[in-house]
This record gives sequence, C-alpha cells and structure tokens, in this order.
Amino acid sequence: MMTELQSSLDNYALMGLAQAAGAIALCAAVVLLCRWHFVRVEREAAVSIVRGLVQMVLVGMVLALLLHGSLLVGCLILLMMTVAAAITAVRRLKGMRGALMLCFWSIAAGAGTVIAVMLATRSLRPDIAMLVPVGSMIIANAMNACAQAVERFRAEILAHVGQVEAGLSLGAEPQVTVAPYLQSAVYASLLPRLDMLKSLGLVWIPGVMAGMVVSGASPVYAGIYQFIIVAMILAASGITALVATILMRSRVFSSAAQLALRPTGALATTSEPALAH
Amino acid sequence: MLETKHLSRRVGQRDLVVDVGVQVLAGEILAVVGPSGAGKSSFLRLLNRLDEPTSGTVLLKSVDYRSIAPRQLRRQIGMVMQTAYLFAGTVASNIAFGPSQRGEVLSAAQIASLLERVGLPGFADRDVGNLSGGEAQRVALARTLANAPEVLLMDEPTSALDEASVRGIEDLILGIVQERGVTCVIVTHNRAQAARLAGRTMVMKAGRLVAIGPTREVSHDD
Repeated sequence: MMTELQSSLDNYALMGLAQAAGAIALCAAVVLLCRWHFVRVEREAAVSIVRGLVQMVLVGMVLALLLHGSLLVGCLILLMMTVAAAITAVRRLKGMRGALMLCFWSIAAGAGTVIAVMLATRSLRPDIAMLVPVGSMIIANAMNACAQAVERFRAEILAHVGQVEAGLSLGAEPQVTVAPYLQSAVYASLLPRLDMLKSLGLVWIPGVMAGMVVSGASPVYAGIYQFIIVAMILAASGITALVATILMRSRVFSSAAQLALRPTGALATTSEPALAH
Repeated sequence: MLETKHLSRRVGQRDLVVDVGVQVLAGEILAVVGPSGAGKSSFLRLLNRLDEPTSGTVLLKSVDYRSIAPRQLRRQIGMVMQTAYLFAGTVASNIAFGPSQRGEVLSAAQIASLLERVGLPGFADRDVGNLSGGEAQRVALARTLANAPEVLLMDEPTSALDEASVRGIEDLILGIVQERGVTCVIVTHNRAQAARLAGRTMVMKAGRLVAIGPTREVSHDD
C-alpha cells in the first residue's frame, strides 16, 4: 500500500512533503517556546497543522483529478468551499438563531458577486485550474471579513447595551441605535484588507504574482493581475461584512424592538430567546 | 394614566416580576421601593416595553400597550436610567436626538430652554465627555423631556450621585412633574428619597407587590 501511495505522488509532491516537515518542525519549536512562556497552544496548533496539511494535500489531489473539469464542476467546488467557510465563521456567533445561514449568505454574496464580475470581465478564466485557487482566496478572505465583522459587532453591542437601550427608550428605530457599532464593525473587518492593498509590492509580493512570474508571464502584467485580485478581495470583504452585519442587526432585536443580545449571566429580557455571548 | 394587569416576567427558572397589578394616576409620583433583587428595575423596564411581559399587560390611558407601536409607546413613556448613557457628541445633539427620530428639529432656543430648566444654561455645545455625573444625569433628563413624554420612568436616577447632586435632581423632578403634569414612576432604594418625592409608594419583594399606599403609611425593609 505504501508503494502504491508513493507511486501516486510525483517527485514534486514528495519534495513538498519534505519541505512541509521542515515547516512543521519550526512550528513545533515555536509551540514549545510558547509553552516555556506558559502560553498553551499545543493542542490547537497540532490540530491546525494536521488539518491544514491534510486539507491541502486533498485539495491538490482533487485539483489534479479535476484539472480539466467544466465551469459547473468549478462552481460546485466553490460552493462547497463557501459552506465550509460559513461553518468556520459561525463559531463566532454561537447561540444565535440562523447564524449558519447568516454566514453562508454573507460569504456567498461577497465572494459570489466578485467572482461573477471577474468571470464577466474575463479577469478570471472559467477553468478549474484558475477558478478554484483564485475563488478560494476570495472566499477565504470573505470568511475572515464575515467572522471579524460579526464578532466586532457583537462585542460593540454588548459593550454599549445601555446606549442602545437609551436610544430605544427615546423612540429610535433599532437600526439607528446600533448604527455606530455596525459602522465600526465593517470598518474593522476591512482594515486588514486595506492594509494588504496598501502594502502590495512594498511589504509583500503575493503568491499569484510570484507564480505567474515563475511560469514566464510578464512581471508587469503579473503585478497588475495581482492588484486586481487583492482589490477584488477587498470588494468581496466589504460586501460580506455589510451583508453579515445587516443580517445580524435584524436578529439582535425582537419584533417589539427589544434588544435580544445579552452578555452571559444577564437575564434575557425580551419575548424571544436571548443570544448568549 | 398607567395600569398594570397581572404583569409578570419570568426568565428561565427565575421569576423577576410576579402578577403585579397597580394603577398610577395622572400627574402623581409613585415610588417603587424594596430590597436589592426585588424586581423593581425589571418592573420598570416592563412599563415601557424594553422587556416583554411573560404574562399580563400594561394599559396606557386604558389602551393595551401591545397595540401601540414600540417607538410611539416609548416616546409617550420616557425613561431615565440609573446611568445617563449619553451618546458621543455634544449636549445639544443628545437633547435633539429623540425629536429627530420623528423628523422634528429642535431649535437652539428650545434646546437652551430645556437646558435652563435642568439647571445647565450654556451647556449646549459642551462635549458630553466633559460632564460630571450630576450634569450628565441632568442632560439625560432633558433629553427625555425633549420628547414631551406623558409618563416619566426613573430607575434610581440619583444612585450614582453625591448628596448635593441628589437634592438638586430631586428638586428638578418635583418641579418638572408639577409644571408639566407628567406621571412619574421612580425606582429608589432610599426610603427617605421616596418620602421626599412620592405621594404613594409600592413595595416589592421577590418580584411581588407586597404593599402600596401613601408613602408615609407604607413601611418597608431595605
């Protein structure tokens, strides 16, 4: 069986695994260093490393098998990735009803819109070898924006329950009372992507550009194309964060305009279930 | 003016308010007293529907408040909380907030008049971050009054203030109730304050109404 597995892997894959072993060894050393400083991340780090490696090897194998598949197959793969992204992002919204669908629709709206625009403008070729890697980058960033936006929005509301209820007591619409917190949540979720765009080429040369240059493309075109991708990542993140916080806003109030989001330990006070912190 | 009918609030296994029935007459000040955890604030929050009753209801001028849109109800039943919870910005923007939610614009003269009434003349352009606790609570009161409520709910409005500020706010409440004829329900843990402010007092224990009557006749244990 080992022989069969070895024969299915080409030299590049074996070389990659050897390099991955080096990266894992370095991560393990950092984990030990953290432990020495009483920062316990052994279990999480081990799970993350194993999951990351296994997932990437599997994705590589799937891509190798589907390299010449149709646009439909590519879209199905991206849909599965969106579901997985929603499942990952929803961990920040434990206890909220409909949270999984909230994350799914937010990520799908952000990533879907941007991928559709890229396909329509031909800045993304409709073949799997191109669609899936670029699409996955956009989905992953939309996932991060979604998680950051909903987490920040929840934290802001929980930190300002008094202000929100003061606004409600003065006859304000629920959306007015949380508007400043929605704005800061969306802004906070976009900051890393804005920094990414600002530092493009100065602090880092992303993988897509590096790959294109290595495979012989014009470095200037590769740079412009990389800009397009990072700009699209920013656009997808913005749409995702806006949709996520707007959907969440409708869920943190009851139908009688009562705040349903409460810190752990506080008594639920509305006609609908309180959302645990 | 305000009547509660079998008003109850249960959260999980805990009864916060149990079957409270009380009538508050137009223009009167009713004090709600009782030990900590008696359900005084929970009761008050049910009156402007910041929280939902598990059973029972509240009648505002004989109308079931569930038939009134929450925004309209809360304009009619204003609330001043234990902490001022002012919005970032100027004093004037805080006072103009309530009317602006209905598309009304308070003039500078109207804002100045409200500030004068609460003893803060010339404070309109001050940043709320530079106010003392007593000043902030006065701004919160002016902000609520800007909505011209018919009922004023006050949840221990002086509990975070020093003695001098307490007396100032109490005089203010008495003056405003008298001038405007508003109905007032005030939660306090201070028996002396209830005696100074309220014609009638209701005593709560473990979420239940255990006594109600003229303040001088009602005794309670803090």
